[in-house]
Order: sequence, then structure tokens, then C-alpha cells
Amino acid sequence: MEAFAWLGRRVLDWVEVLGRGTVFLARVLAGLPGAAARVRDLVRQIGRVGAESMVLILVSGLFVGMVLGLQGYNMLVRFGAEESLGLAVALALVRELGPVVSALLYAGRAGSALAAEIGLMKTTEQLAAMGMMAVDPLHRVVAPRFLAGIIAVPLLAAMFSAVGVLGGQFVGVGLLGVDDGAFWSQMQAGVDLRDDIANGIVKSVVFGVVVTWISLFQGHDAVPTSEGVSRATTRSVVWSSLAVFGLDFVLTSLMFND
Amino acid sequence: MTRDRKIEAAVGLFVVIGLAALLMLAVRVGNLTLQTDYGSYRVTARFENIGGLKVRAPVSMSGIRIGQVVGLGFDPETYEAIATLEIDGRFARVPADSSASIFTAGLLGEQYVSISPGVDEEFLAAGDEIGLTQSAMILERLIGRFLFDKASAGDGD
Repeated sequence: MEAFAWLGRRVLDWVEVLGRGTVFLARVLAGLPGAAARVRDLVRQIGRVGAESMVLILVSGLFVGMVLGLQGYNMLVRFGAEESLGLAVALALVRELGPVVSALLYAGRAGSALAAEIGLMKTTEQLAAMGMMAVDPLHRVVAPRFLAGIIAVPLLAAMFSAVGVLGGQFVGVGLLGVDDGAFWSQMQAGVDLRDDIANGIVKSVVFGVVVTWISLFQGHDAVPTSEGVSRATTRSVVWSSLAVFGLDFVLTSLMFND
Repeated sequence: MTRDRKIEAAVGLFVVIGLAALLMLAVRVGNLTLQTDYGSYRVTARFENIGGLKVRAPVSMSGIRIGQVVGLGFDPETYEAIATLEIDGRFARVPADSSASIFTAGLLGEQYVSISPGVDEEFLAAGDEIGLTQSAMILERLIGRFLFDKASAGDGD
């Protein structure tokens, strides 16, 4: 009996959080036009979530691309198809690894910071103080961060993929001796602008929305204690990562099913 | 003020690098070609068997890619497969009596449609059908025929 009550309580909690999250998202979306108009604040937020994550993304992308080049070469050379290395590296990056890994890195690097910042603002009653002055903190504080995340994540994913391709080229062409012309021409013949690249960008936009939403919501929904903020930070990364993997599967099966 | 400027410069750099990466993906990786103003036209071809031909497979003439397969259908009356080929407008002078064959790129590569030009003075136009076609080679069928020929040759001796 106790077990059923526990399960029921958990489910109800879940539904409640989901409802609060949706209302939160709706109110933030209503604040987006205002946030877009305050360019200076928006630029500052893009700087924090995007520009400061750039080095991490570039270095990670380079190494992921190099590993792909190495592993792909070892696999392809068995079939005498090492000329296809460029295609394999580019497709893996543009379709999957670029959007997914950059979203995960973004969740760890910027999402956690957003959750902690908003959570601490709530704990120190800054958000409540804004409310007292008839300034909606969701419009003034959360919306610019949300918009900045949506703008930054696709750009980060594109950088990740582009640098990854260069890393793959460095290993494949530079170290393993794949023909440079074949590397690029196979890639260009096999990667479709709409089906692969545009869909990859759509993916990263979705990830940007979801990760930023989860992080900001967790911060805003935090129990206003130091422990509550730390839990919110952890939850933001955990839920963002799960959401990215889950959505990636759904989006992939919707987009690349032919 | 100086701190603001630094942030602005960092964001500017971020956006520029991001857009450059997008551009590189589009042009260098995705082979974005801006010559779409030639348009394209569609012709159909009936095959007895298309083997493993897929939508988006290349259509080539003399080894040059001139278009792609955009649709595969089935005719329930004649039990033939109908492939719709989209040919780039730059290649508008394909003789009407050309023939289409399905070949395989490499031993295990993907299949593509190859068009061998005929001698007609008329050219293929949108909606036309290529009359002469040659079906895909099915490896199993070839092996089967080869074994059968061998066996019957053995009987004769």
C-alpha cells in the first residue's frame, strides 16, 4: 500500500513539475520580443553562454574529428574504402556528433551556470525584489538568457562540426595518407545540403531550446537554500543530457528515415 | 565601458566564427552549388527490375552526373517499376531515343542510372518516357545462370 502511495506521489510530482515547466516556458516566450529589443543585454548573455564556450567546443570538436578520422580509417581500410573517410567523418559529425556533443558540452558548461545563477538569484530574493518593482523577472532576467541560448547552440554545433571535419582531415590526409582530393570529393558527393546539414542545424536549434529551458527552469524552480541550488544545478545537467539523447533519437527517426 | 567593449568584441568574434563554420559546412562539406537557375525536367523510365536503386541515386551520362532519381513507383498493370528521373536543365539535349540502364558503381557500390545517348534529332522533354531500358544486374541471378549453364554444358559431354 505504501509503495503504491509512493508511486502515486512521484507521478503527481512529475505532472506538477511538467505543468510548471510549461507555464514557465510560455511566460518566457512571451518575454522574448522584449529580450530581443534589449540588444546590449542579449549580447552580454550570448557572450556568457556562447563566446565563453567557444574554446571548449573548438578543442573538443577537433579531438572528436581526429578520433573519428583514426577509427573510421581503421574500419574503412579493411574494405579498401579509405577514400570514403571524408564522407564518414562529415556525416557522423553533421548529423549526430556535432549537434549532440555540443549540446551536452553546452549543458555542462553554460546550462549549469544558468541554473546556478537563477537559483541563487531566487535564493537571495533578487527575483522577488524585481517582482515587487513590477518588473517580471521572467521577462527581464530569464528571457534574454533563453534567447541567447537558442542563438548560441546552433553556432556552437556548426563550429564543432566544421572543426571536426578539419581534425578528421588532419588525421586522415595528413597522418594516414588518404588522398586529399578523394577525401573532399567523396564528402561533397555524399553530404546533402538539406537532408544532412539543414537537419543537423534543426537538431541543434531544438537542443538549444530544450537545454536552455531545462537549465533556466531548474534554477527558477530551485528550493531557495544552498542545497536546493546545488540540487538544481545537478538536475539541470542530468535532465538536459537525458533530454538531448531522447530527443536525438526521436529527431533522427523523423528526419533520416529514408 | 572597456569591459562592455570586450564582451561585445568576443560576441562579435563568436558570431563570425559560427557563421564561417556554417558557411564552410554548406560550401566545403555540403557542396552548395548556386547554379539552380537552369531548372530541371523530369522524365520517366520503365524497368523490368530496378534491383537496389534508391531515390536520390545519381543519373549519369558518359560518367557525368546529370541528375538524380526522384521517385520510384510500380505499375500494377505491367508489373514494371517506374523510375522518375530529374535531369538538370543544363543537360537539355538528351536525344529522345536514348536508353537508360541501371549499373552498379564498383563491385558493391550503390546503383545508378546511366543514360546512353541515341541518335535522334529530337530531345527528351519534361514528362517524356525513355523507351529503351536495361534492368539492373542481379548478382544472384547471374551466378544462378552461370551455374545452370555450367551444369547443362556438363550434361552435353
